[in-house]
Amino acid sequence: MEPSLARYIWTHTRKQQIWILMIVLLSMIPYFMSFDLPKLIVNGPIQGKGFEQPGATLPFMRLHYNLPFIGEVQFFSGFQLDRKETLLALSFVFLLLVVINGLFKLYINTYKGRLGERMLRRIRFDLIDRVLRFPPIYFKRVKSAEVATMVKDEVEPLGGFIGDAFLQPVLLGGQALTAMLFIMVQNVWLGMIAVVIVVIQIVLIPRMRRRLLVLGRQRQLTARALSGRVGEIVDGIGAVHVHDTSNYERADIAARLGLIFKIRFDLYQWKFMVKFLNNFLAQLTPFLFYMIGGYLVIGGRLDVGQLVAVIGAYKDLPGPMKELIDWDQDRQDVQVKYQQVVEQFTVEDIIAPGIAALTINDPGPMTNPLSAVGLSIADDGGAMLLNRISMQVKPTETVALVSTPTGGAEALAEAFARLNWPESGKVASGADDLLELPEAVTGRRMSYASSDVFLFHASLRDNLLYGLKHAPLTPVTYDGAAAEQQRWNIDEARRSGNPDFDIHSDWIDYASAGATGPHDLFEAVRRVLDAVLLSRDILDLGLRSSADLTRHTKLAGRIVELRAALRTRLEQEGLRELVVPFEPGAYNTEATIGQNLLFGAAAGPELADKALAANPFFASVLKQAGLDRTLYEMGMEIAEQAIELFADLPPDHQFFQQLAFMSAEEIPAYETLLQRLKNRPFEAVSEADRAMIITLSFAYIEPRHRFGLLTDELMSKIVAARNQFYEKLPPELQNAIERYDPAKYIAAATVMDNVLFGRVGNNHPDAPDRIRSIVYEILDELGLYAELLDVGLDFNVGASGRRLTGGQRQKLDVARALLKRPDFLILNRPLSALDQRIQDKVLRNVLEEARRDGHSPAIVWVVTSPAMAMMFDRVIVFDSGQLVEDGTHETLLAENGIFKELLS
Amino acid sequence: MLLKDEVGMLQRVPLFSGIEPAKLKLLAFTSDRVNYSAGQILFRQGDEADAAYVILSGRADILVDSDSGQIKVAELLPNSIVGEIAILCNSSRTATVRAASDLEVLRIRKDHFLRLMKEFPEMTIEILRVLADRLSHTTADLIDARTA
Repeated sequence: MEPSLARYIWTHTRKQQIWILMIVLLSMIPYFMSFDLPKLIVNGPIQGKGFEQPGATLPFMRLHYNLPFIGEVQFFSGFQLDRKETLLALSFVFLLLVVINGLFKLYINTYKGRLGERMLRRIRFDLIDRVLRFPPIYFKRVKSAEVATMVKDEVEPLGGFIGDAFLQPVLLGGQALTAMLFIMVQNVWLGMIAVVIVVIQIVLIPRMRRRLLVLGRQRQLTARALSGRVGEIVDGIGAVHVHDTSNYERADIAARLGLIFKIRFDLYQWKFMVKFLNNFLAQLTPFLFYMIGGYLVIGGRLDVGQLVAVIGAYKDLPGPMKELIDWDQDRQDVQVKYQQVVEQFTVEDIIAPGIAALTINDPGPMTNPLSAVGLSIADDGGAMLLNRISMQVKPTETVALVSTPTGGAEALAEAFARLNWPESGKVASGADDLLELPEAVTGRRMSYASSDVFLFHASLRDNLLYGLKHAPLTPVTYDGAAAEQQRWNIDEARRSGNPDFDIHSDWIDYASAGATGPHDLFEAVRRVLDAVLLSRDILDLGLRSSADLTRHTKLAGRIVELRAALRTRLEQEGLRELVVPFEPGAYNTEATIGQNLLFGAAAGPELADKALAANPFFASVLKQAGLDRTLYEMGMEIAEQAIELFADLPPDHQFFQQLAFMSAEEIPAYETLLQRLKNRPFEAVSEADRAMIITLSFAYIEPRHRFGLLTDELMSKIVAARNQFYEKLPPELQNAIERYDPAKYIAAATVMDNVLFGRVGNNHPDAPDRIRSIVYEILDELGLYAELLDVGLDFNVGASGRRLTGGQRQKLDVARALLKRPDFLILNRPLSALDQRIQDKVLRNVLEEARRDGHSPAIVWVVTSPAMAMMFDRVIVFDSGQLVEDGTHETLLAENGIFKELLS
Repeated sequence: MLLKDEVGMLQRVPLFSGIEPAKLKLLAFTSDRVNYSAGQILFRQGDEADAAYVILSGRADILVDSDSGQIKVAELLPNSIVGEIAILCNSSRTATVRAASDLEVLRIRKDHFLRLMKEFPEMTIEILRVLADRLSHTTADLIDARTA
């Protein structure tokens, strides 16, 4: 990247810089005219100069010039106006100039701002573009949070500076020079004094500011390191807690903040020191003028008029000078920031831009064998992982790489995936160096999965299809405002040197997954998920999440059928009592009192959980149904029981998971509340306290908690209150609740709750498992299995996929690699988090799935156990960075070498 | 059956008879009430032991695998506890238990049980006393058997 900021700016904004300079010069004309005008107004119409006679008129807007040789030439004789008219005319001219000046300023500022923002966009993009092209080794050394803060924060001040980069010095320099010249014209000696002071300022101030720059650089580096550490703490929070090192982290952060504080405080001290000195120097000049000039006047060598003129002219000098010096400070500051960032982003062996060029068309299959030629790979410390290996993988061949712990097979797999670059030798496809092939070829025709999986913070579906998103394949047509916006997007992107690839286009390469479009892609997805044994997990996720009804219309449309099917099945299997269904006119004994009252799923915060009892409308319904006192008494009873049972336990005790009514933290509060309310009549209890107590009753389930608080009379009252609630539901709460309706899908509830439409009995062991498998069977019978899988695919995997287990992440990675249907499938201990039995099963499935429909990719699999090698055409054994054995499973077994040793 | 009735039942189980009612209430509250119909299996021989069961109502059979198939070795009646040894000594189930009629039991989870013992030493001592008592009986029985 261009190391000099000024040159970087000049290269990209030359035309704009010149244009804005022109505009600024043009704006000077009305600006200076407006200076002159007040004098004209005061002297002319107000004080009456030229209007001495009543009724006198003067020409207005007379255009006449004294031209050399020709004499006076009059272009326009002007309007004749009297005194008042002239005042009016001149005042309006003044107003006009104010407007013109304002408009110029508006235009200039907008233009500069836009220029700066565009450059900022360009710089940020350039930086990220470089990140995308860094060689793999770089990423072992940097912290991601540091890179992020460089791109985001550290280049930010550049945007503000760019608009002024060239304009400011020209303008301010011009102003300062003019003022100086004016002083010189008045009196050379006084002028010389001003020059000397200015020179001192120019020399001294930047010198003093050098320390500011050093401190500024330190500030930048320490702040960057801080964000790196914060990122590390977040990523490594598990390690922090496991080792009780949170206080070590606290100490580290506090020390860093202390250092940053010190640097920043130093910076302030210096800054104000320099400011003081600068101001002092600026004020020193008038002091000299008064003293020396006055002395000269008294001596008669200078007249008073000249002195006053010089002092007057000097007023215009410090302003521009100060701003000029400030500008220089800014310049150095951003230059340092820029350099700091550029240094970090300048690395050797950066990938050439052409390697990852956007390629729309299918690059065609890789038909050449993949080979390692004298390949050596070293680790970061310089130790050899692979030592001059030569081998070849032919298309369609399946190869197991078996490795002793120091074998280096993993490094070979990484080299095939371009993730580890050769120390010497090369990896080649046919005659081409693999590293010189476009990523469009290797990224589409080869796939790679390893034990070290990275998932994006997105849905399972997005992560799974990520491997297909190489290029915007379908042009999107936009209408109306959207089209306008799109044109603007493209135009602006180009102006900032950004690419204009449309992120809203369909990037999914269906053909590579063996599909023709969105409608049949799902088949391919389902097959790969089945192959890696991930479908069941995703179905479970689907059951536990709420479906997006705009996408999963089928599920909602057939919900009645589903519920009926579940009932019939439970009936048939004699499991009727397992689920107690929700019925609009009946109390559900397995659900809480709150659920029975509400009989719906809260879709907003108003009626959810703890807010329910405090909701004024809900409270009024309870009151009318005569339930408020009953539930209050019930709540008191529950509070007593709960406190009696749990008060002695430490707050982190696992038994608190059993206590549905309150959390461990709330116990003390309820204890005091109970004390306070114990002998008080219900009427004397405040609304808020009532709500606190009534809330407890909402979590009560008789068969589970067995306090004996629920009577038949209470149940029927609750059902009555439920009906009241819905009859009188005010409009503002209509959207806060979705009523349970046997004929309707409830969007706010999970798929499982929707299908069950009831509660699983508390008294039945393993009921949840049995019901789940029955639900799967029914979904399959009704052809909704795929739909549920699709709901599960909406699951967001969290940051780095941490909401999935390690095994699930690895399975997903293999599925993603398989989905692409590559010519070379490289798998690097891909399933290490799974037990051997599952690994074997997935291995068998993957080999079969990869070869479906007559497809026959080469498969290179670094196996975790030598026994897995039996499934492959060819077995290659590595030991101490050397290829030691190469043959079929049978021949190697017969050889009695390392392979046989590893197997036993 | 309500929580307080369960406490009464637990008090009649020799293992728990010396423990104060408040602790038994906590034990009952944190345990699951589970219903089985005749023929359903509570647990199988060889399973990992994760809970003990107190019979609240109904009957259950204790079955042991043998070469000639399962043999019934004992019957469980209300107020009896089963599976407590296995959760105390981390062993797997030594027998299968099957409901012989509609059965209502209190399922005491292993981790809850151990946690309570840790929390309340007086309860542990009480349990120890019962077990020691049993041991001395068994020893006495053994001596009787040897000398007879």
